[in-house]
Amino acid sequence: MSEAFEILFQASFWVAAIRIATPLLFGTLGALLGERAGVLNLGIEGIFVAGAMTGWLAVYLGAPLWWGVAAAAAAGALMGLLHAFLTVTLALSQHVAGLGITLLATAGSHFVYRVAFPTLTQPPRIEPFAPVGWAWLEGIPLLGPVLAQQTPLTFLAIATALFLAFLLARTPLGLAIRAVGDDPAAVEAQGLSVAGLRYGCVVAGSALMAVGGAFLTMSAFNAFFFGMVSGRGWICIALVVFASWRPLKALAGALLFGAFDAWQVRLQTLAGAFLPSQLFLMVPYLLSIAALLLAARRADYPRALMKPWRRGER
Amino acid sequence: MAVTKIRAAALDRRTLLAAGGGLLFAGAAGPAAAQKAKPIKVAAIYTVPVEQQWVSRIHKALNAAKARGDITYKWSENVANTDYERVMRQYAEEGNDLIVGEVFGVERAARKAAADYPKVAFLMGSSFGPSKPNFSVFDNWIHEPSYLTGMVAGRMTKSNLIGMVGGYAIPEVNRLMHAFMNGARSVNPNVKFMVTFINSWYDPPKAKEAAFAMIDRGADIMYAERFGVSDAAKERGVKAIGNVIDTSAQYPGVILASALWHMEPTVDKAIANVVAGTFEPQDYGIYSYMAHGGASLVVDEKLVPAEVVAEVRAKEKEILDGLFRVDVNDAEPKSTI
Repeated sequence: MSEAFEILFQASFWVAAIRIATPLLFGTLGALLGERAGVLNLGIEGIFVAGAMTGWLAVYLGAPLWWGVAAAAAAGALMGLLHAFLTVTLALSQHVAGLGITLLATAGSHFVYRVAFPTLTQPPRIEPFAPVGWAWLEGIPLLGPVLAQQTPLTFLAIATALFLAFLLARTPLGLAIRAVGDDPAAVEAQGLSVAGLRYGCVVAGSALMAVGGAFLTMSAFNAFFFGMVSGRGWICIALVVFASWRPLKALAGALLFGAFDAWQVRLQTLAGAFLPSQLFLMVPYLLSIAALLLAARRADYPRALMKPWRRGER
Repeated sequence: MAVTKIRAAALDRRTLLAAGGGLLFAGAAGPAAAQKAKPIKVAAIYTVPVEQQWVSRIHKALNAAKARGDITYKWSENVANTDYERVMRQYAEEGNDLIVGEVFGVERAARKAAADYPKVAFLMGSSFGPSKPNFSVFDNWIHEPSYLTGMVAGRMTKSNLIGMVGGYAIPEVNRLMHAFMNGARSVNPNVKFMVTFINSWYDPPKAKEAAFAMIDRGADIMYAERFGVSDAAKERGVKAIGNVIDTSAQYPGVILASALWHMEPTVDKAIANVVAGTFEPQDYGIYSYMAHGGASLVVDEKLVPAEVVAEVRAKEKEILDGLFRVDVNDAEPKSTI
């Protein structure tokens, strides 16, 4: 039994946990940004797929890796623009529009993939991001060796979390974003554009989601497989609630989920002889539900979330 | 146009049923009723993209038959299980002679749909047996070469620890894993196994994480049931055993041996039966056995020493000669450490 907890002290375990957490962190931050402005984006699962496909395809066609990330972000932003148009300009149901975008982006990605590669037996591979391996980083005790084995996108994700935390808490723009998610009428009275703020947050948030997808095909793996996103987007939606809409808590939540998942694959090889494998597969989700129950009691959700705003309406 | 067609067909069915449902199951109205001229019309329905290793073997065999001029071939990929029956019916209504696919998630519904089109022949990947009047089944019965790859792994492991990453613990996965494990144990009684299922057919990052976890614990050979496992092996400098397809070109110096599946004997036999008017519900599983050319072993002789190759080839000959039978065990394999 003690072996099950010894796992937690291995560096390789934490390397895996952070790697698993990275796409979830991008997705959670993206969803969080939109929701802070009052717009739920259930297009996330499809935007992950679009980002994974676009980033990988761009690199396959000869773009440098970072241009691939930019292409993925652009694809996500485009989907975000559509979502913002439907939910902000047309003030439609955010649930329905989001699910529609998931279907559109998923099917569209497969369509583009199949048109690009009509007769293949295996998807072509790219040369993905390599672990950074910075010598100065490895010198730091405990944390250093774990971080040095991560790819650049992981550092981008952590930096984004810190940046968003600062932006939302400490800047006038952050104040405006939080206000537009709580009371759009007050923002309007201040002479700021509700639609402009919401568009900006949804578009930027969708770009982040797409970069999370791109991590899967450009860092965690080196090819696009249809269906490889497999529900990661939905996990992010739950993580936003877990984080009670705060970027630093999102960082903690994504890491926690990554750790649960890295733990369960290791437990399977340890205790698989006497426990069914399905039990282990449940572990990350069960523990997440438990964590969610504890965290959600104090959840302070944006008060105008999922409420379309029409100028002059009371 | 399409609506009238379907309505007409529905009417047809109703009349038939009214005339006596028993007629449908009498066999006389089955696909065996009439001979057909080549090329026959074949349609395939896959629940995953055609790149997926299992489905890619069916796709390849049907494309080969098309290239020979035996069939015309159209296919739908990525069909959701909830949509599967509809696509089956659509292809049946369109007048295809033979419909190929995989019904692991829709076993009962697919059999019901097929029974509504007794003149069409169905050849479906399935965990269960054939059904009247027109529903034949196949599966990737490649446990024989899996046993042989197990022998290679058992001889080649130095840590006596082999990692295995599977998609779902279903019979067609389990039996290959068991055959592999038995093969390894037959030459190396000290070998131990770690088994993980990732609950997905198609999540290479997750399969890779599971493989990393095993390599971290000391596995030096990985049984690559899923995409992603060989990538982990390549990155960490350990060896892998391939399954269903030959990926040694993508991972040079990594794949020791692979158990390959060949759908050609199954597909060709079914096409011949439809053409001859002798298609009956039957289990085509046997055409995936080594003796029928439905399965084979490849060994990388640059990585595996000659005496191990000789030992494995001798066992292969025993299997082909019918002197050795590989046990079939569909139970979920467990870690043995």
